[in-house]
Amino acid sequence: MIINSRFFNRSELMGFIALAAVLFVILPLTLDVFRLNLVAKYLTYAFVAIGLVLCWGYGGILSLGQGVFFGLGGYCMAMFLKLEASSVENTKIQSTPGIPDFMDWNQITSLPLFWQPFHSLTFTVLAIILVPGLFALIIGTAMFKRRVGGTYFAIITQAVAAILTILIVGQQGYTGGINGMTDLRTLKGWDIRPDHAKIILYFVEVVLLFACIGIAQFIRLTKLGRILVAMREQEDRVRFSGYSVANFKIFAFCMAAIFAAIGGAMFALNVGFMSPSFVGIVPSIEMVIYTAVGGRMSIFGAIWGAILVNFAKTSLSESFPQLWLFGLGALFIAVVLAFPNGLSGLWADYVQPRIDRLFASRKAKTSWSENSVADGAPAE
Amino acid sequence: MSDEANKGLLSPLRRKLLMGMAAVPAITMLPRASFAQAPATSAVNTTGLAVTDTEVTVGILHSATGTMAISETGSIEAEKLAIEQINAMGGVLGRKIKFIQEDGASDWPTFAEKAKKLLVNDKVAAIMGCWTSASRKAVLPVMEQYNGMLYYPTFYEGLEQSKNVIYTGQEATQQILAGLNWIAKEKGAKTFFFIGSDYIWPRTSNKIARKHVENVLKGKVVGEEYYALGSTQFNSVINKIKLTKPDVIFTDVVGGSNVAFYKQLKAAGIDLAKQPLLTISVTEDEIDGIGGENIAGAYACMKYFQSLDNANNKTFVPAFKKMWGEKTVIGDVTQAAYLGPWLWKLTVEKAGSFDVDKIAAASPGVEFKGAPEGYVRIHENHHLWSKTRVGRAKLDGQFELIYETADLVEPDPFPKGYQ
Repeated sequence: MIINSRFFNRSELMGFIALAAVLFVILPLTLDVFRLNLVAKYLTYAFVAIGLVLCWGYGGILSLGQGVFFGLGGYCMAMFLKLEASSVENTKIQSTPGIPDFMDWNQITSLPLFWQPFHSLTFTVLAIILVPGLFALIIGTAMFKRRVGGTYFAIITQAVAAILTILIVGQQGYTGGINGMTDLRTLKGWDIRPDHAKIILYFVEVVLLFACIGIAQFIRLTKLGRILVAMREQEDRVRFSGYSVANFKIFAFCMAAIFAAIGGAMFALNVGFMSPSFVGIVPSIEMVIYTAVGGRMSIFGAIWGAILVNFAKTSLSESFPQLWLFGLGALFIAVVLAFPNGLSGLWADYVQPRIDRLFASRKAKTSWSENSVADGAPAE
Repeated sequence: MSDEANKGLLSPLRRKLLMGMAAVPAITMLPRASFAQAPATSAVNTTGLAVTDTEVTVGILHSATGTMAISETGSIEAEKLAIEQINAMGGVLGRKIKFIQEDGASDWPTFAEKAKKLLVNDKVAAIMGCWTSASRKAVLPVMEQYNGMLYYPTFYEGLEQSKNVIYTGQEATQQILAGLNWIAKEKGAKTFFFIGSDYIWPRTSNKIARKHVENVLKGKVVGEEYYALGSTQFNSVINKIKLTKPDVIFTDVVGGSNVAFYKQLKAAGIDLAKQPLLTISVTEDEIDGIGGENIAGAYACMKYFQSLDNANNKTFVPAFKKMWGEKTVIGDVTQAAYLGPWLWKLTVEKAGSFDVDKIAAASPGVEFKGAPEGYVRIHENHHLWSKTRVGRAKLDGQFELIYETADLVEPDPFPKGYQ
């Protein structure tokens, strides 16, 4: 078992530097605030994509319900923001001032008990991590301990996504229903809507994203990461070797859930909005598509996938309002058919060798070649 | 060109000095009457909107894709027709209207994103758009933050009023109360059964209807049921209807669910010719999907039917069909969407400016005599004064006008005693 002594090998380091340069320098300098805010929105999906790389790409657990965790994180954040926006002063015209507007429309006259703790920011931040984490733990324990896996697990996560959507839509007095929670304004009195706030939020998000990249990379490089890969390739052998496969799977699933929840919380902050349309089956599958397009074996690939697919979505829909969905569909089919390992596979097959050759011609022989093999966990 | 434009600019300034504020309304008249056709851009656009000497850009923001496309397509078509007609008449303040169409894709956050794009990137002077309440709720904070102007066409639940929105459809009390009064009087109805889709509009509408039935009509609501959007199983509620035998079934089921609901109602042997049913959510567009034979005899309560017999409508319907095909039908919301560009044009001309603040301030009192529904006027609360009508569905999918209020009904988005 070869564990890389360095945190990043060379190609990963280049990927890291490229992403950091683009997100920290190039985009903020070239884009106006409106477009930068859109990038911030795309990046919220990159959090989900990192989680999926760990759980699906490495652990082999395909979850079609990441929208659930994205939604839980987002709703926790949105509940805090909504409470702040629903001060007695702001809601004078309601029959019951001081509660969120949608409760008033649904004839609820006092703040429900489970909303009360969301007055506290500390509680909210903890809830963003813990609520989806615990929920994933429960689903994971229930499934993996009984050795439910593969397609069945994917179907069950999808069912959970459907159930949560129905719950949110049905309980509109408590959740805002299909409208979601709109008109989020301030965070501890700090207005999140003006341009300068959008820029600050963007950088906060990028920093968080790199923190998540770091955690994911750390997990990947430890023994844990190798076990995940081993489990994906030969689950029984790992089990016979004495490892508790279920616990490792639960761990990967929980990590993916927590990453998704952070993305959801950042979404609520950046977009000022949360609605059940991010929780259901369709968004959950879209999140898997971002990861597949970018390359599920590569953290950086998946992030690029999330950014580029969403960018394509925006620009196609702006240019061809009637036809854009066909274009997007064609793009997915083309990518999956032509490059099963996604954009990162394309990069590894065509671009990386040339860069390597370039380096090789400059420097004589070094030990790079060994490391680049370590990265290439075998695809199916 | 620029010479003329300068005169146009100077003249009002001189007038202002001479006559003070009293002459301000006359400014808009003067340049058109005596000088250039188009006043200078710098005078009519002080906030950097997309207005040039020859063109003004507006946005159209509806769902062209997704589950709402079926409903919103009519609105897009109506708005494009209105814009074409306005351009054929010489445009607004001498400028042709150019539109940028964006797709909300039946997804509320996408609506918010596109609204922001239209306002921030394209600097559109106004947006005609949104359909569902959810999309409007998503767009509203954007409109208020970036100070845009939205013309919203759908009948909706009320409880809202914004400087940045003109509501060209009816709010709930406007639409519902007259219909309930009529059916109580005409059919002697005392007991009502409410069925709605489960979201904010039907819930609020039914809340208002319940208060009216109980407090004003002294009747009774014998059942109130909600079904998830897109639901297609109505058998249990139909059984309850059979058991409770209400005088009137009052429905606000929306979208595709309607098809299942009316078919199952018919299959269960409920004859709408004998069992009065009043709907506030089925327009000619929905009947297209339901089928006239399944809903014939039902009453609908709204402000416009394609079959209205007035001079405006007689030119509007053929013009619409000429542009979009003989088979298209025109429902209440489509007509309300058609009002949007016209009301905006009239308001711009009244204000003599494209500036959003001036339009918002000038809107109250603007009247549109060419409205296919007859005549509308904007209220101080940015909703429209309009008549409410009851129609009976016919086999051919059209409504036959049965009743209309004698006067325009005042819009009251925050009705006292109904909340």
